[in-house]
Amino acid sequence: MDTDFLEISNGQALSREQIPHLTFDDFQKNAMKIVWGGGKIVQYFGYADNSIVKLMAVLRTDKLLVAGCDAPDEYPSFSNKCEPFQLFEREIAEQFGIVPKYHPWLKMVRYHPNSQGKKDVFGNDYTEDIPGNYPYYSVEGDEIHEVAVGPVHAGIIEPGHFRFNCIGERVLHLEIQLGYQHRGIENLILKADSKRLPIIIEGIAGDTTVANGVSFAQAVEALTSIQTDQGSRIIRIIGLELERIANHVGDLGALSGDVAFLPPANYCGRMRGDFLNMSLLICGNRMGKGLVRPGGVRFSIDDEISRELMRRINELEPQVEHVIDLIFSTSSVRARFEDCGIVSTSDANHLGLVGPAGRACGLPYDARRTFATEYYPGIDIPENAKTTGDVYARAKMRAEEILQSISIIKSLLKDTIETNCVDSEVFNLPSSSFVVTVNEAWRGELSHCIITDAEGKILRYKIKDPSFHNWNGLAMSLRNTEISDFPLNNKSYNLSYCGFDL
Amino acid sequence: MKPIYIWCLAMLLAPFFSAIIIKVKAFFGGRKGSPFLINYYTLIKLFKKGSVYSTSTTIIFKLGPIISLSSAATALMFLPIAGIAPVFSFNGDVLFVLYLLGLGRFFTIAAAMDTASPFEGMGAAREAYFPIICEATMFMVLILFYKLTGELSLASYFSGNNPAILWNSAGSTMLFVVIALFIVLLTENSRVPVDDPATHLELTMIHEVMVLDHSGPDFGFIELASFCKLFFYSTIVSRLLFPLFFPFETLNPALEICSLICVYVAAGVTESVMARYRMDKVPKFILTSFALASFATVIIMEFIK
Repeated sequence: MDTDFLEISNGQALSREQIPHLTFDDFQKNAMKIVWGGGKIVQYFGYADNSIVKLMAVLRTDKLLVAGCDAPDEYPSFSNKCEPFQLFEREIAEQFGIVPKYHPWLKMVRYHPNSQGKKDVFGNDYTEDIPGNYPYYSVEGDEIHEVAVGPVHAGIIEPGHFRFNCIGERVLHLEIQLGYQHRGIENLILKADSKRLPIIIEGIAGDTTVANGVSFAQAVEALTSIQTDQGSRIIRIIGLELERIANHVGDLGALSGDVAFLPPANYCGRMRGDFLNMSLLICGNRMGKGLVRPGGVRFSIDDEISRELMRRINELEPQVEHVIDLIFSTSSVRARFEDCGIVSTSDANHLGLVGPAGRACGLPYDARRTFATEYYPGIDIPENAKTTGDVYARAKMRAEEILQSISIIKSLLKDTIETNCVDSEVFNLPSSSFVVTVNEAWRGELSHCIITDAEGKILRYKIKDPSFHNWNGLAMSLRNTEISDFPLNNKSYNLSYCGFDL
Repeated sequence: MKPIYIWCLAMLLAPFFSAIIIKVKAFFGGRKGSPFLINYYTLIKLFKKGSVYSTSTTIIFKLGPIISLSSAATALMFLPIAGIAPVFSFNGDVLFVLYLLGLGRFFTIAAAMDTASPFEGMGAAREAYFPIICEATMFMVLILFYKLTGELSLASYFSGNNPAILWNSAGSTMLFVVIALFIVLLTENSRVPVDDPATHLELTMIHEVMVLDHSGPDFGFIELASFCKLFFYSTIVSRLLFPLFFPFETLNPALEICSLICVYVAAGVTESVMARYRMDKVPKFILTSFALASFATVIIMEFIK
C-alpha cells in the first residue's frame, strides 16, 4: 500500500527520528486510508514531549505501520468517517484535552482530569464525588424501559456500568461505561524504577500476567538489544499457553454454569485450578507472576519438572476432551448457545474485534501467526475461524484453542529445555527510541509501546489490552438479544475491566 | 388431632426434602454437596438476623413474605398427606387452594414492584406471565379429575387409595397428567429448565430476583414458603405416581416419604442433565403441559361417557 507510514516489524526498536513525523492533515489522511483499506488500529495515543503534545499511531495490515504528528488543539474527528478510531480518540481527548470535533459519541473513558491541565473536554469536575452528567443513549416510548446494572453488582466480577435499553425482554442497545478500576498504571510506570517495573506490568490484569510480562520484556529487550536464549523463549510460550488454557477452561465452565448446566461448570472449575497449578509448579505462582523478566525467564523447566508437567497434561487431556464433549453434545446447551448474540463478520470487521471473539466472527487474525514472536515461528498455529459469530462459535473457539494449546505444550515439553535464568536486572534504555510489541494474549491482541526521551527515561508507556477493542463487540451482540441472555454473552467474551481501565 | 400433627410434620420436613435436590445436583457435578440439613441451617441463620427495609418501600413490601408463607402453609392444610385426611376439606377446595397460592404470588409480585427496582420489575413480569399458563394446565387437569370423580376437593383425589381409582378409570392417560403436573411443579417452584434457583445473575432470574431486597426473617419466610410450595406439588405428583397405600396404616408415612424422595430426586436429575431454556422458549415448554393435560381430557371425554 502506498502510504507515508513506515513499515516496521513486531518488536523492532527504532530511533524516534526514523519514524515519519507528518503534518496532521497527512497523518489523518494516511491513517484513514490504511484503515479504509482493511487496516486495523494497534495503537493510537498521545504523548507529551517537552510540553508539546504529539500523536502516534501504529496500524496493522499484514505488517505494522507507524507514523506520528503534532497534535492540534482540536481537529475534525476521525471517527466521524472511520469508526474504529472512536474509543482511541476519546482516550486521547481524556488524557490530553484534545478535542475531536464532530465525534459521534464524545464521552469520558476512565473519569480522570487530563495531564495537560487543560479544560476538561467533557465538562466534568473531578473534585466532585460525581464528576459530571453522563449522557447515555436513550430510547422513548410506552413499552420502553431501561435497566441500569452496576457499577457495583453481585458476584465477584469487577465494576462496570451497563445500561440496557429494552423493549420488553428484548434489548435494543446496551451501553457499557467503564473506568471504575482506573489506577493510573501508565503514569505509575513513568515513576517506577526498572526493578519495580515488571511487577507493575504484571499487575495490569491479573489473568493476563504472562502475556503482559512477555510484551514488556520483548519491548525492553528490543530497546537494549538483549538476546534471549531459545530455552527462555520456549518457557515463555509454555507460560502463555498455560494462561490461555486455564482461562478458556474456566470460561467454558462459567458458560455452562450460566445456562444452569452444572456438571461441566464444576469439572471446569477444578481443571482450571489444575492448569493454574502447573504454572505454580514452574514459577511458584499460579498466575505466572515473576516468570518473565527482560532477558529471559526467572525459572527454568528442568527434566524433573518437565516430566511432571507432561504427566499432569497427559492425565488432564482426556478429561478436558470429555468435558468439552459433554458441553457441546448436550442439546439443551447447544440450544442456548446457538444463534445467541450474533455479531456479523462485517460488524466484527468494523469494530476491529480481536482474539477468540474476532475469530468466532470469521476474522482469522491471530498475532501468534501474523506477528510471531518468541518460539511461535517454529510452531504451526492452525488458522482458526468460525463464521456464525454467536455464543456457540465463541465457546467452540475456546474449546478448540484449549486442545491446540495442550498439544503445543506437549510438543514443547518433548525435548530438554535449557536456559540460563535471569533475575530482575537494572536496565538502561537508549535515548529517543521507540518500540511496539504485539502478542496474542488469551483474549486477543495485546500491545505495549515504549517511547523514551533524550535521557533514556520512559516518556510514554502505552498499553492496549484486547478488551479495548472487544467491549463494543459485546454491546453489538446484545442488540436484539433477550436481556436474560446478557450474562451468557458477557461470559462468552469475558473481557477485562482492569486491562481496559488501566 | 392427627391431621394437625401430620401438617406440622410436613412443614418441618419440607426443608429437608428440598435439600435432596441440592444433593442430587452435587452428585452429578462430582461434588460432595452441602449437608442434608443445610436448609435448616439457612433458616436458623436468617431468623437470627434482622431485616433491612428500604425507605422507598411501603407496608406491601413487609406483607409479601408473610402472606406468601401463610398461603403456602394453608394450602398444605387442604392436602391429604400419607393417606390421612387433611385438616380442612370442602367441595370446591381445589379452586380455593389454587387461588390461595395465587394470592401468595400476587403479594410476592406486589412486594417486588414496591421496591421500584428495575430488576425486580423484570422478575415480576416473568413471574406473572409463566404461571398463567400453568393455571390453564391446572384447570384442564381439574376438568379431567372432576369428570373422573365427580368431586372438586383435594381429599377426594388424593386421600387413601383414591389415586388408584383415578388410574383405574383413566388408565394410561394418567401418564400425561403426571408429566403435565411435573412440568407445573418445575415451573411453579422456579426449577431448571424454567428458572435457575442457584444462579447469581439477576438478569436471568425469575423468582430469585423478586426477593433480592428481602433480608433476615422476611427472607426466611420466603424460603420456607417455597419449601412448602414444592412439598405441596411434589406430594400431588408422588400420590399419582404411587397411588396405592398399604392396608396397615403405620407403614404409610414411610411409603409417602419414599415416594416423595423419588419425586425430588427426579427434579434433581432433571436439573442436572439439562440446561435451562432460553427465556422466550419457556412458555412453549409450559404449554407442553397444557397440551398434555388437554389430550388426556379429550381422550377421557371420548371414552368415559
